[in-house]
This record gives sequence, C-alpha cells and structure tokens, in this order.
Amino acid sequence: VPVVSGMLLADRMQGKHTVGMTYLGDGGTSVGAFHEGINFAAVQKLPLVLILEFNGRAYSTPYEKQCAARTLADKAVGYGIPGVVVDGNDALMVYEVARAAVDRARAGGGPTILECKTYRMKGHAEHDAQAYVDAEELAVWRARDPLARLEAALDASGAMPAAERRRVHDEIESRLDEDVAFAEASPFPDPALAFRGVYADEGILERGRAGVFTGGL
Amino acid sequence: MADPRVARGGATLTLTPDGAAGLEIFYLEAIRQALFEEMERDPRVFVLGQDVGVYGGAFKVTEGLQERFGKERVLDTPLSEEAIVGGAIGAAMRGMRPVAEMQFIDFISRAFDLLTNFAAKNRYRTGVGVPMVVRGPCGGGVHGGPFHSQNRRSGADLTIVTYGAMVWTALEAAEILERDGVSAEVLDLRTLLPLDEEAILASVRRTGKCLVLHEDTRTGGLGAEIAATLSEKAFEWLDGPILRVTAPDTPVPYSPPLEEAFLPNVNTLLAAARKLVRY
Repeated sequence: VPVVSGMLLADRMQGKHTVGMTYLGDGGTSVGAFHEGINFAAVQKLPLVLILEFNGRAYSTPYEKQCAARTLADKAVGYGIPGVVVDGNDALMVYEVARAAVDRARAGGGPTILECKTYRMKGHAEHDAQAYVDAEELAVWRARDPLARLEAALDASGAMPAAERRRVHDEIESRLDEDVAFAEASPFPDPALAFRGVYADEGILERGRAGVFTGGL
Repeated sequence: MADPRVARGGATLTLTPDGAAGLEIFYLEAIRQALFEEMERDPRVFVLGQDVGVYGGAFKVTEGLQERFGKERVLDTPLSEEAIVGGAIGAAMRGMRPVAEMQFIDFISRAFDLLTNFAAKNRYRTGVGVPMVVRGPCGGGVHGGPFHSQNRRSGADLTIVTYGAMVWTALEAAEILERDGVSAEVLDLRTLLPLDEEAILASVRRTGKCLVLHEDTRTGGLGAEIAATLSEKAFEWLDGPILRVTAPDTPVPYSPPLEEAFLPNVNTLLAAARKLVRY
C-alpha cells in the first residue's frame, strides 16, 4: 500500500492522471505497512482504490483470530475515507462499486477501501489441502460461484451469447496451453545469471573488493 | 526568497563541483547544499519525511528548501517510516528521484522490510530498479565536530582506519602518539560502501600494522570485514595483529557517563595503539 501510494504521488507530481488499485487479503490488513500506507494516501488524497478480498482466512488463520472489527471496511473510518462492503462473488456489483470508487479517486476525492466478500475454494497454495476448512461451508460457497453467476447474468441480459463465450473460453485455454508448452520446452537459466541484476554496475561482483569467487587470493 | 545554500557567518557560499577544496563546512550544510543543487538541476528530485517542510527537519538539513521548491517537492509526511520509505520506493519506480529522510537513523529499522525485501531486491526480482536515497543522522555522543572532506594524516608506524566522528578521536590520539615518537597514519573512509579497499591496502602495506576504530558495535562490524580483507590481501605485509577499537555489543546507553563508557575514546584507542606498536 505505501509503494502504490508513492507511485501515485510521483504520477501526480508529473501531471499524470493515474488511479491506483491494489489488492490485499484479510491477513494483509494486520500488517503495519497497510496502516501507514493507507493513512499516507488518505492525508495526501491520493487516487487509490484499495481492494480487500475478504475470504475469511489468512492461510489457516480464521478472520476472528485476525481482526476484531465487524468488517475490514470499518477500518476506513479511522482514516477518514469511505469503506464499502460488496458481495465479492457478484462480478457486476463489484464492477459498479469499483467504478464509483475510481470516479471518486479521479475527481480528487482520495482513497476508498472496497471490501469484497468472497471465499477461498482451494488451500493457501497447492501443497495445502485445507483440511481445516469445513466441508459444508465450502459447499455453500461453491453454490455462489462467481463465474456461474456472471454467465447466468449474461444469459439473462443477452449481452453475450453462449457460443461467443465458448469461443473466448477456448481461445484462452489454447493460449495457456501454448504458454505451458513454451515454459516446459525452455532450458533452465545459466547459473551465472544468479549474480546479475543486483547492482547497476554488473561487473562489480566479479571485480569486487571481497573477491567473491577467489577468496581474494 | 530565502536561499537555502550554505551560509556561514552571514555570507552565502556557493560550492562548485571541484571548488570545495579548502572550504570547511558542516556535514549537514554539505547535505543541504547537495539537495539544493540536485533539486535545482533535476525536477525529479524531491524530499519527503517528518517535519522536513516548514520546520526544516529536526537537524535543519532541509531548512529553506520548502520555501524554495514548494510543498510537494519538500513533502511533510505522517510519523510513518513505512509510508516514507514505501512512498519513496513507489515514486522511484515511477520515474522520480526521492530522497527520504529518517529523522533519526535508528528509525530506519521501522522500514526494514521495505528496504531489504523490496528496495534492495526489486531489481533482482523484476528488473525494475529503485533509484532512491534514504538518509538520516547517526552516531553517538557529542564529541563530533565539523568534518573536513580530506581528513587524513600520514604516518609510518601504524594505520588507524576509521570514519565519522571517530576521525577526530583518531587525530587526537595520533598527535599524542607523535609526542611519544610514534607516527600514526589516519585514514578516513568517508564512505563504507563503496569501501576504499585500495587506500586501506596501500596504507597497511606501508605501515605493516592496522587498527580499525569505529563507533559501531564490535561483532560482525565493519572492523571485522576490514580485518578479513587485510588478512586476504595484505597478509605478508602485516607485522602485528589487526586490532579493533569499537563499542561493545550492547545498545547505546542513554545516561551520559554510560554513553561515555560505551563509546571508544582517545584513551582506549591509545592503549590499543601502544600495544600494537610494541608488538
């Protein structure tokens, strides 16, 4: 959050009209940098939309062990900015609320906290089978699948025919397959790259005062 | 409009890139001068920190800069090192050249995560560098005075490698040693990274004996690094052990007599130097 605030500050100084949007989970709001960054952005009225993806957990830690506030958006009061809670599995609603926050930021109104209530359907990462998650609760949320809901909404409005959706879906799948094939066919990087990209002067380690590779002898 | 450039005794002095020789100024004046020149020259350079604006900074380093460059380029921030350093990182990534002030350098540890895990590694991780300066005052005690940029003293019997306020302690000790017929060379490192390894090696190869003096605590400090480097690259020239005179491995105490005891001083330095000369 502080880094994005700095980016927006820089853009304002350079006369660019940028709106920044960044994402955090419930755990991220317990970190000091969240508070310092959003407070700074609020004081400077920076055009920031902070999306808090509330999914009830940070790794295995449930929300009630994370934060005592009724909602994450409640925190906004302390920074003097709006905090909005939205059904995060309703894509169109999220769009509308985010749009309003962006418009507000663009008009000089400053940051908004946007809390999207959603759920984590898989573990923290591939290794995590999330045995600590209640199976019934998972089933309840599976029924709230945001993709299925968006498709239903598109069907109801006729905005995007099923055949067109199928085409887009297949196109994305085939692009992903190509990228995976490319990655798997690519060689592993040269070990010498481990020493690159640290200093502006790329040769400094080889010539370096510590004589990294020779022990100075 | 107030001119924040170096002013001593009512006169305004303008330094030139090569004309600084012979002009004695305080470090903070040199920093203010550098900020002034860079902000004049480059609109991307800006300062952010606590009380840097109207107040001119806790140590008056940024005094007059806001009047000259405005509230945006001399930006007062909340009491919030993570916001200051994080803000500087973001601004640097978007084309600015921020100078972030830590009111006291001790506070920099509040932004440790952003400095070590973001600023220092971002180029390695993503290819996007973070061109920024973080600066702040450090050093204990009240022994520090004005520094001249070329503090150095030649000698033949031993080399005292040091930096910062300890340069004065070293020079004082070197004068006392001279009365005893011992000729000590004092090397002021001025910057620690880059470290002027060539100058250290050249001096120690002449004197054969080296003593490293620093205010920092002992274990894992710069003294150890210099000793290891000398051992690697000047082993055959050494006529005695490389000694360290440093603060002990404790926090800096607050009470004046305790702080006096904590900091290296002329007496502890002299004792070590005499031991080394006799070796």
